[in-house]
Formats: sequence, structure tokens, C-alpha cells
Amino acid sequence: MKRKVSLTVNGTRREDEVEPRLLLVHYLRDVAGLTGTHIGCDTSQCGACTVLIGDKAVKSCTMFAVQAQDADVQTIEGLAKGDQLHPLQQAFWDEHGLQCGFCTPGFIMAGVYLLSQNPNPTDDEIRKGLEGNLCRCTGYVNIVKAVRTAAKTMGGQTKQPQATAATAGGD
Amino acid sequence: MIPAAFEYEKAGSVEEAVSLLQRFGEDAKILAGGHSLIPLMRLRLAQPSALVDINGVKELNYVRLEGGKLRIGAMTRHVELQNNDLVRQNVPMLAEIADEVGDNQVRNMGTIGGVLAHADSAGDYPTLALMLEAELVTNKSRYQAKDFFKDVFTTAMAADEVLCEVVFAVANGPHKYIKFRRRLFDWAIVGAGAQKLNGGWRIGLTNVGPMPVRATAVEQALASGATPEQAAEHASDGLNPSGDLRASPDYKKHLARVLTKRAIQQAQGA
Repeated sequence: MKRKVSLTVNGTRREDEVEPRLLLVHYLRDVAGLTGTHIGCDTSQCGACTVLIGDKAVKSCTMFAVQAQDADVQTIEGLAKGDQLHPLQQAFWDEHGLQCGFCTPGFIMAGVYLLSQNPNPTDDEIRKGLEGNLCRCTGYVNIVKAVRTAAKTMGGQTKQPQATAATAGGD
Repeated sequence: MIPAAFEYEKAGSVEEAVSLLQRFGEDAKILAGGHSLIPLMRLRLAQPSALVDINGVKELNYVRLEGGKLRIGAMTRHVELQNNDLVRQNVPMLAEIADEVGDNQVRNMGTIGGVLAHADSAGDYPTLALMLEAELVTNKSRYQAKDFFKDVFTTAMAADEVLCEVVFAVANGPHKYIKFRRRLFDWAIVGAGAQKLNGGWRIGLTNVGPMPVRATAVEQALASGATPEQAAEHASDGLNPSGDLRASPDYKKHLARVLTKRAIQQAQGA
């Protein structure tokens, strides 16, 4: 039986009828049409499906859309302001923090969370902060470099992404 | 991969969760952090008829120090344990274990109660609960950890029972938990914990059998004056681990001995 779910995705309020078994990642891709969030492994390991819920990075393949009731979801599509890329997007571009690019949206979202928690991370802290994301091309060196560069660009003054009163999963 | 269909309700309180479980019957499941249950459902290894979502049950999310005991609400998430000063000061090994569960994304969702109720033999909290003689409190009764874990993925809880709280006595002396794995976010191939408590040692092992193991033979050897090296030889006494993709039974027993030795030595600062 379908249920109504209402949530905010990249600042836009949405209301949809979904089956409880619909995973959040499928909701984002197939219902909301936001295909930037990728499905890499389907086993909760690769992090390609990482999105922000409130101020927390989560794997959208390991959550049902109905759990996101009243949540504020941010996907890779919500980062740029018009033509101006988010500093992390720009840094992945500048440092070539990717090869095939499939894992990149997940890495960038995990990076946004990492820098919100720790605006000036060491390389070790970057690697630990990205442990939930797998890249099979780069060997990670340029990914770490990109996060380091973005931290510099952002001046170590990263503000926490705005927390909403109701985050999915309830805090 | 798409899970089989199920009914879904959110509970706002423990009482409401219990009545929903009773209404849906014994094939219903509690949905906590979901980071074990949802993967199992995607693979259709689990096909619950209904999920009772307790993520909105605020009364289950807390860390308190009361009467010399650390009381932790079942819905407290890993990220909240790893960063909590009360946990760091009173049961530091719990904070350190929480810091090593999965990855940031997993720790933002997964809960201590979910791990304990799921009773995966590779889970780290069950080992800690067993070795520190934690108490597990449900809506119906109180269990000593040794009576709570019954088999792999099996606890003493009834179908309409909800885990509400975990109670640890203060254990802030020398300690070390070593989780042996190939990738940072993996489950333990084998894990070993050592905690100095009340003048003696508590030793626990993870993923060397269907349930967590308290290595009492090692504890006794240490109490009788054995060196960590000598005592750790007893870590595999009585173990009969099953092999898996990552390790044969013999290799797991070897790891139990080696990791126990290292855990004691590192706890001692040797």
C-alpha cells in the first residue's frame, strides 16, 4: 500500500505517494528525477549514493523514502549555485579527483560532511573521513588532494550545513 | 535490489512500538538504524511482513551517568557514542569501538540497540556488553548480557519485546579493543578486547563463534600471574569458529590468540 511522503529535496518541497519498500536512492533517482546520486554496490559499502539529510551524510540506499518524512535532503544537484560550482566540486575538477566519475557525487557529498565536521583536516583525517566511499580508478591520491584544496578555498570557515528541526531517522 | 513488500508504521513511543508489534504479529520487525536490516531485506534474506520504525522515539536516545552506571538509550547512534564525553570518561572502550563501526555514513544512522538486538556474531558491542557484564533492559525485563545472546542473530527477546537501554558499570581503566579486518569499514574478521577492571582483566572475543565469547581461561591465567603472552595462548580454548570467505577456523583461532596478546599488551601500554 502506498503512503504519502513529504520532504524537502535541495530546497524544494515535494510530496509523493510511495511504497514503503522504495529506497531513498530510488526515490531520488526515479521519482524526483535526480540521477546525480548513484547506485554503485547496492550493499551499503561503496558510498556512491551518499546524500545529506539535515547535517548528516547517509547512504541513501540504506534508508527507505518513507523514513525521510519531513527531512531536508541535499543531493549533488543541490550544491552549485547556478553556474558557480561548490568549492568541493571545483576542487575535484581542478585537482582531477576522478577518472570515470561514477563515485564522484558520493565522494563530494561525503567531503561536504567531512569539512562541516572538521574544516581543516589532515590527510589522515581526510582518508578516515572518506572511508565509506570506494573509488576503483584513482587510487585516492587526487581525491584527498581535492578535499585538501577545497578546505583551503573554504578558508577553514566551513559552516555546518543547515540542520532542520526534523531530520530523517530522528536524532 | 528491491526488498519484498511490507507494511510500515512509525512509532512515537516504546508503548506504541510494542502495540504495533503485537498488531502486526511475529513476522514484524523493529526498524532502528537499519544498517543491518535493510541490507538483509535488499538481499531478501529477511522479508519482514511489517516494519515498526522507532527512529522517532526520542525517549530512547540518551546517555546518562546515574548511580555510578552509564545508561545508554537503545537508539543512541554510533556517532553520538564516539563523541560523547560521558562515554569517553566512563567506558572509553565503548567510544573507541563506536568510532570504528562502519564509516561516517553508517555511524550517522546505526544504533547501539540495533547492533545488540541484531546479535550478529561479528558485532563489536555484544562482545563489550558480555565482557563488561552489561545489563540489557527491554520493555518487559532486564537481562544480563550472558543471558541475552542465544545464538547467531538470536536473542532472548520475544517478538513483541523492544530493547530500550544498555547499562554499563564504569570501566575506565587500561583497555584496548583490536578489530582485525582488511578494510577500514569492514566487520571484524576476529576482534579481541581487554579491559582492566576491579584489579582483574576482562577479555572478550568477536566473531569466533555464533555468539560473543568471554575468554575466561585467559582472565584466570592473568589472575594467576601469567604473562600476556602465556595467558593469550588460552584465548582459543574451547573455540569452534566456523570458517568464512575471509578466514578458516584455524586462522580465526590463531587470530584470537595473537589479538588477545596484543590487546592485553597495548592496554598495559607495553
